[in-house]
Amino acid sequence: MTTSLYELGHLDALEAEAVHVFREVAAEFERPVLLFSGGKDSIVMLHLAEKAFWPGRIPFPVMHVDTGHNFPEVIGYRDRRVAETGVQLIVASVQESIDQGRVREQTGPRASRNPLQTVTLLDAIEEHGFDAAFGGARRDEEKARAKERVFSFRDEFGQWDPKNQRPELWALYNGRRHRGEHIRVFPLSNWTELDIWQYIGREGIELPSIYFAHLRRLVLRDGMLLWPNEHVPLLEGEETFEATVRYRTVGDVTCTGAVESPARTVDDIVEEVAATRITERGATRADDRASEAAMEDRKREGYF
Amino acid sequence: MEMLRFATAGSVDDGKSTLIGRLLHDTKSIFSDQLEAVERTSAQRGSEYVDLALLTDGLRAEREQGITIDVAYRYFATPKRKFIVADTPGHIQYTRNMVTGASTADVALILVDARKGLVEQSRRHAFLASLLRVPHLVLCVNKMDLVDYDEGVFDAIATEFRHFAAKLDVGDLTVIPVSALTGDNVVTRSANTPWYEGSSLLHHLEALHIASDRNLIDARFPVQYVIRPKTSTHHDYRGYAGQVAGGVLKPGDDVVVLPSGLPSRIAAIETKDGPVAEAFPPMSVTVRLEDDIDISRGDMICRPHNQPAVSQDVEAMVAWLHEEPMRPGGKYAIKHTTRTARAMVKDLRYRLDVNTLHRDEDAPTLELNEIGRLRLRVTAPLFTDPYRVNRTTGSFILVDESTNATVGAGMIL
Repeated sequence: MTTSLYELGHLDALEAEAVHVFREVAAEFERPVLLFSGGKDSIVMLHLAEKAFWPGRIPFPVMHVDTGHNFPEVIGYRDRRVAETGVQLIVASVQESIDQGRVREQTGPRASRNPLQTVTLLDAIEEHGFDAAFGGARRDEEKARAKERVFSFRDEFGQWDPKNQRPELWALYNGRRHRGEHIRVFPLSNWTELDIWQYIGREGIELPSIYFAHLRRLVLRDGMLLWPNEHVPLLEGEETFEATVRYRTVGDVTCTGAVESPARTVDDIVEEVAATRITERGATRADDRASEAAMEDRKREGYF
Repeated sequence: MEMLRFATAGSVDDGKSTLIGRLLHDTKSIFSDQLEAVERTSAQRGSEYVDLALLTDGLRAEREQGITIDVAYRYFATPKRKFIVADTPGHIQYTRNMVTGASTADVALILVDARKGLVEQSRRHAFLASLLRVPHLVLCVNKMDLVDYDEGVFDAIATEFRHFAAKLDVGDLTVIPVSALTGDNVVTRSANTPWYEGSSLLHHLEALHIASDRNLIDARFPVQYVIRPKTSTHHDYRGYAGQVAGGVLKPGDDVVVLPSGLPSRIAAIETKDGPVAEAFPPMSVTVRLEDDIDISRGDMICRPHNQPAVSQDVEAMVAWLHEEPMRPGGKYAIKHTTRTARAMVKDLRYRLDVNTLHRDEDAPTLELNEIGRLRLRVTAPLFTDPYRVNRTTGSFILVDESTNATVGAGMIL
């Protein structure tokens, strides 16, 4: 930290803001939970949560909403980090939601469990009685998110009403809620993708290997580079090929695409992100391509 | 790299969205898929030009109605600074949105159309920026291309605005002639305005000195969270976590804890990355004291000879943010720094007309988007500084206890 001129660099300022948000929630809520996917944003959140409560332990559990369609590298990483931090891990399983008849699985070759996560997430929040859930969403990701509060109120159905949000002034967050309602909390609201990568580099944060360039067998479908496996079966006429790629986001394997990239280190990625001309969701997420308001619609229903 | 937050305000059609679009575009912060989506939607609507407002209008209702409902946050960076833009709509809910955007802003950027000059909204925006104590104000006289880059037109508007601003509490004012559409003086100095000797807008925003805007004199540390690990390695550890709200804290400093008034000394200031020699706003740190005294969330650590006011009676300018009008004599939850209590509205001294600055002492209540001076009685003492001295220890929000809606934003006098 630069303390000589009493100036704080942008990463220090963003960190201070996020740490403030974590502590505010821990102080004002009874049962918070941190949503942890093993993606870079949730990894940065966990890192910040450790800082917020050091030398104490993180005073809330983490929850992974698991579609069952994972990158094995990510699950391995998740379990390692959970062991290191000593935090409690809750796995909310989409497969269980399907087995219990709570949701019906899409069929066909383009089927994805991504939209089903909302039901599993809301059921788990209700089952465990969580009154606050930390999410790694950033305002620069998507235009519906650009208008979301740091403390985002959800009604008893888990719904977000974008036209009826609480004004958020200074750093005075209103976390009041009635029983059954909850607040989604976004400590990384003001971070950009580049900030995240610069911070990962500065802090030396370890990431799942799929974020870095590697050789992978892929198929080109609907303009996206998908990894064919048991959950992504090849369609007739599709051919696979090998390419050097990395992932910019990490989600369900059925809807997360890779990007061609030679970036093998965090520094390479910082350089690449600084020069890139396409948003990370636009480049790699089939779920956001459905319509102009795809994210807004999913968020209204209670998505991350 | 420092971070600078600015809030933009303007009237309908004064080119605010175009200006932001220009800043994002010329700093290469618009991504090609975002631009393509905007171009597609503009074409679908039969628009002849690319409507950059669509970049910030994110919600379905906004796109359908062609209006901006809410504050949108945009991000861009240059090699010198990271910028956070709070883009506030000028027409709907202007006070609520602008007060929100301005509450954290280092700079307020106000636009006027060079052909129209100052309008009622320009004065209102300047007043709100001064009420919220935004330290720097920039007036962009836009659409200079449509007045043939006439120095006289610019001078007349600048003079009139300076005259008006002199009546307000405006710390620093800069007036820049621009054309958002053609890019004159937005990112680089324009050859079309040889008579203008100042910087381009972006250069001004990059160079503006903001470090001194924070209060580094009056040490204020609202205790946010008490860290007690109770582990074998940190069995007796007791740390007070929080974000520095004012002044500079150092190990060895004599302090006093409010409300108990008990004295102690700072033993250490810590973070997970190691000890900190000096903590200043807005750092989030953990403070350990030499003495074992009872301290909890909502308490305030400060210096013995420089303490905030401790009072249950608060006088403040309050902006009303909710459709449900203020209830005179009503009770609300109040949140001030890390302290939450209940407050009763004892008196509405006057309502302020944000256009004329006229004080109406007979006003019965405050409606949505109205501002007035209130006297509140709080159930527990608050540790306050005047808002003009410290924006953190001088601000509070009021929350309706039945609906939990945030209904008021207060600036302590």
